[in-house]
Amino acid sequence: MLEIKDLHASVEDKEILKGLNLTVNAGEVHAIMGPNGAGKSTLASIVAGKEEYEVTQGNIVLQGEDIEELAAEERAHKGIFLSFQYPVEIPGVTVTNFMKTAINETRKAQGLEEMPAKDMLKKIREKSELLEIDRKFLSRSLNEGFSGGEKKRNEIFQMAMMEPKLAILDETDSGLDIDALRIVANGVNKLKSKDNAVIVITHYQRLLDYIVPDYVHVLYDGKIVKSGTKELALELEEKGYDWIKEEINA
Amino acid sequence: MELKEKLVSSFLAFENTVDVDASIHDIRSNAIKIFEEKGFPTKKEEAWKYTSLNAILKHDYSIFPKAESAIEFKDVKKYFLYDLDTYKIVFIDGKYSSHLSETTHDKIDVCLMSSALMHDKYKVVIDRYFNTVATEDGITSLNTAFSHEGAYIHIPKSVVADKPIQIIHFSTGNEAAQFLQPRNLIVVEENAQVQIIERHQSLSDAPVLTNSVTEIFAAKNAFVDYYKIQNDNAQASLIDNTFIAQQANSVASVHTFAFGGNVTRNNLNFYQNGEGIDSILNGVTILEGKQHVDHNTLVHHTTPNCESHQDYKGIFDEKATGVFNGKIIVNKEAQKTNAFQSNNNILLSDKATINSKPQLEIFADDVKCSHGCTIGQLDENALFYMKSRGIGEKEARALLMYAFANNVLESVKIPQLKNRINKLIADKLNVSIGFDL
Repeated sequence: MLEIKDLHASVEDKEILKGLNLTVNAGEVHAIMGPNGAGKSTLASIVAGKEEYEVTQGNIVLQGEDIEELAAEERAHKGIFLSFQYPVEIPGVTVTNFMKTAINETRKAQGLEEMPAKDMLKKIREKSELLEIDRKFLSRSLNEGFSGGEKKRNEIFQMAMMEPKLAILDETDSGLDIDALRIVANGVNKLKSKDNAVIVITHYQRLLDYIVPDYVHVLYDGKIVKSGTKELALELEEKGYDWIKEEINA
Repeated sequence: MELKEKLVSSFLAFENTVDVDASIHDIRSNAIKIFEEKGFPTKKEEAWKYTSLNAILKHDYSIFPKAESAIEFKDVKKYFLYDLDTYKIVFIDGKYSSHLSETTHDKIDVCLMSSALMHDKYKVVIDRYFNTVATEDGITSLNTAFSHEGAYIHIPKSVVADKPIQIIHFSTGNEAAQFLQPRNLIVVEENAQVQIIERHQSLSDAPVLTNSVTEIFAAKNAFVDYYKIQNDNAQASLIDNTFIAQQANSVASVHTFAFGGNVTRNNLNFYQNGEGIDSILNGVTILEGKQHVDHNTLVHHTTPNCESHQDYKGIFDEKATGVFNGKIIVNKEAQKTNAFQSNNNILLSDKATINSKPQLEIFADDVKCSHGCTIGQLDENALFYMKSRGIGEKEARALLMYAFANNVLESVKIPQLKNRINKLIADKLNVSIGFDL
């Protein structure tokens, strides 16, 4: 599904990723953990195509195709979805119309007809029920005045609507109370299949109780320095990151 | 010959061609003297600091419209709001076009200024209202001196106009350069209501300069909903002078959609006289190329317990320039005034310019007045967010611009007009997706 090879990236001449390797196969859930400033959100933004980061070396390959030259919208058309750590407020655009535009623009790019209004409404209804989102919510301006939890739930609703091949959840658990966490995790789990993959970026183990990863990676100083199974997350929760830093610096 | 001299020396000939005995003869004669003395405004005047008329006054304009030119409806249909039943007052090169118009005298008068000035039936209204709120500055006086043709609309007491009225001015380019001076009078009596849509459209690349004056009277409890669509081509310039006198508990709203033209100057003046008045001034400006639009607004609060709301959004690309000069005067007597003004702008290019200047003159001590002005760029984070959802760069930018202008668009009360404005914006931004926000 996704293969990241020796990825170096910088912003304003500051190198943030320093030779990162990661392989994610279809049907898998990968968790990326790591201390603040390790480059986790940068990795998410770079895979999604944020332009202010410059890839100086290495490749990002999605389903056999190099994508590092593609614009963010082209990556979305190929099935990449980023759930933002800080979703942007867009006053004046309703959640529903934003999704309609996103889906139809994506279909257009894929050479498909626009989705008939009836199907769109049905899909919106289904997916909003999955995320336990109130109907009234859908006619509000995108993220404007949403609570932290509502924003994150709305991100996963968008993921459900877009049905991506590769979803990257960037600290989706931050700002969520336990009920919202359960709803969001349930949504992600329902969307999981053998044909798609999920990368969960998180500081904390608790989300991984609900979205169980096949692999856990530790990102530190721009590289993946340790990989393991879900037990690694528990170990990190218990012991923090210092022992890893010591291991590396030794 | 300079345009000013040409105009002054044409005045006598003009009066002879119209009606030298008309009751407004004295008004016209006085006005030409004022124009002769004051002339066209220059950048030396504070109110015209950012707008120069020099270049557009240089053309050798024809001052008097020639015979009516034939235009087929099908050729100009797109400039009409054709999916809505309306009255229409249409002018071609300043001459009334009966075959494109649909006027009425049934309950309300929707007809021509020239006939209102000529017939005794309208004398009472003309004597009472004509040129009573228009100011005596140079350009308004110039229009007054040559006032002859335009729209005359009278909505009697407690009548709600049964459909909106479109006032459309076409210029054909039959003259090398055309100078037009429409004069409109709109009287909305007590408890009466009307909706009006005004548009100026040049059909050729020949230079056109329109100096338009509209006087609007909203009596007690009247409701006036006025829309100006300015989407003209790059050789057409417009000086629009609109004066609105409001009485107690009336609501008057003017939307100005400035999407194109060479030089456009909107002098929009509201005068409140009575309690419980609401004045609403909304605008969306979207410009590119070297287009220039100057919104010069005035709201004069003279009586207590009134409101005014101004909301102007501007988007400027390439070398376009914009001006917003919003003046609010609150007289000493006008206690409990609520006056709000907001002007937000987006500059899409390094070479685009906006000059925004609020001017508040408040002499009362118990008022709520606020003004805010922002100038910025499109939010890059919002763009990335949209693009990451599969929305292309061009569409994402367009969607953000729609969203930016949305609260003004939402306040358009005629759904077909709102659709049309949305379509004009989509065309302008070169996107095909319909954003029903």
